[in-house]
Amino acid sequence: MEIYNLEKAFQDKIDKEIKIEPKDWMPEAYRKTNLRQISQHAHSEIVGMLPEGNWISRAPSLKRKVILIAKVQDEAGHGLYLYSSAETLGTSREQMIDDLHSGKAKYSSIFNYPTLTWADMGAVGWLVDGAAILNQVMLCRTSYGPYARAMVRICKEESFHQRQGFDALLVLSKGTKEQRAMCQDAINRWWWPSLMMFGPKDSESTNSDQSMKWKIKRKTNDELRQNFVDMIAEQIKLLGMTLPDPDLKWNEAKKQYDFGEINWDEFWNVVKGNGPCNKQRIAARQKAHEEGAWVRAAALAYAEKKRLRSTAKVA
Amino acid sequence: MPLTNNTLNYTLHLADNALILGQRNGEWCAHGPILEQDIAITNITLDLIGQARNFYQNAAACLHESGDPTASEDSLAYLRTEREFKNLLICELPNGDWAQTILRQFFFSTFQLLLFEKMKHSNNEPLVAIAEKSIKETQYHVKWSSEWVIRLGDGTTESHSRITKAVDTLWMYTGEFFIPASYEMIDVASLKNEWMNKVKEVFDEATLTLPENVFMQTGGKNGAHTEHMGFILSELQYLQRVFPGAEW
Repeated sequence: MEIYNLEKAFQDKIDKEIKIEPKDWMPEAYRKTNLRQISQHAHSEIVGMLPEGNWISRAPSLKRKVILIAKVQDEAGHGLYLYSSAETLGTSREQMIDDLHSGKAKYSSIFNYPTLTWADMGAVGWLVDGAAILNQVMLCRTSYGPYARAMVRICKEESFHQRQGFDALLVLSKGTKEQRAMCQDAINRWWWPSLMMFGPKDSESTNSDQSMKWKIKRKTNDELRQNFVDMIAEQIKLLGMTLPDPDLKWNEAKKQYDFGEINWDEFWNVVKGNGPCNKQRIAARQKAHEEGAWVRAAALAYAEKKRLRSTAKVA
Repeated sequence: MPLTNNTLNYTLHLADNALILGQRNGEWCAHGPILEQDIAITNITLDLIGQARNFYQNAAACLHESGDPTASEDSLAYLRTEREFKNLLICELPNGDWAQTILRQFFFSTFQLLLFEKMKHSNNEPLVAIAEKSIKETQYHVKWSSEWVIRLGDGTTESHSRITKAVDTLWMYTGEFFIPASYEMIDVASLKNEWMNKVKEVFDEATLTLPENVFMQTGGKNGAHTEHMGFILSELQYLQRVFPGAEW
């Protein structure tokens, strides 16, 4: 079949909502876009373990400690599913990790912000996981089969994390004066970076049109961001806290919230590596990887010895 | 069961062992040598903190009955000081490298499994229940850690030398398992032979040598800890100390 026909057959499948599977023919750009997106998503899970892992030793109660550890562990699990999905597109986990460490591959910029107080554990769960879920619910219906299936599992756990995050903030919001201040401060610091998680405005986004046509994405950055604002602007009322945006108000005509302008300079700076923790996050991942090299080598060497011994026995 | 000082102290000792080792293992979360093992050590961390909670809750319930309504799992974990903690010294040692962490886990879990199996037949109902619940988890901890001891011992030259160094570092803390404190309700001295047999079996497969004639460190069971202990509690208890009485 000529390329034209292959592409047409491919697009027909997508239009009929048939999932694309690893062995199916796909345009090179479709493969690349999925690989970039899924590996970025995997890296985000892994790098995302760091800011929350930062509070495991200091969690304020045993119950909170267990919840936090289990959450960070879930993220490691999500990273595993996602690396496996991405590997179906022909790149090894090892290669993807090297690309993360060399700076070639990106991860979500949100994890380049520091977690300064315990309230950040709540705010990250509520806002960051909340923003991630909107994106991920959409991705459960993405056109690439392995990615869509991984997302179904991940979404269940993520919505649980978001509720736990909200619950942690709810307790703070009903607590002492200091706890309420801690809660408001965390919301103030995480609100704008959370809005940035949806990426550039539709008018500035380079990948959006083709991704929509291929049903990798089904909603635009701006649509998802609006959904997020509408959701959070309501939920925050239950906390009795405020969002740090004087322009936030209900627009009766549009039936949605209007909100202020994102600081796009900050957004691009963090993307380019100038966020408060970009260097520390990559350094922590590199350190774990390098210090683990001898462990992985030993496991391989032992497995090989065992294999040779059992072959020798059979012979 | 009426509360005696011994029951309380013993329950706290068991709780402190699990909490402090869990706190140490938790430091690996997000920093493990490979994703699958990051998840595995974190599972063990969760099991240990789960055990600690069961023991603390039991201790708190005993304290309620004897007229202290304020005791809770968190007051016991977060509001006692270095000298009041009764965990074994081996639990509080720094993680070191992966070899030291997994060897410590192997020594500890092998001991804990023998202990829980004995505790299962004791006459203290709450402890019997916790032991029964924890045995399955601990069997997995022994399996996982012994497999790693073998893999590292019989892996590469580097892994062999690292785990040999870990044996050298940790062995002097293993004697404390079997030297009973006055409050202990299980005869720990009687577990020593079986523990040695298991360790020897795994060491043989791992091509490791059992050390001999090592002077054994003690003190943890009675609150005389290493210098690490204060730092562990400083982190663990920080928020409860800064905001006394707050709910989280």
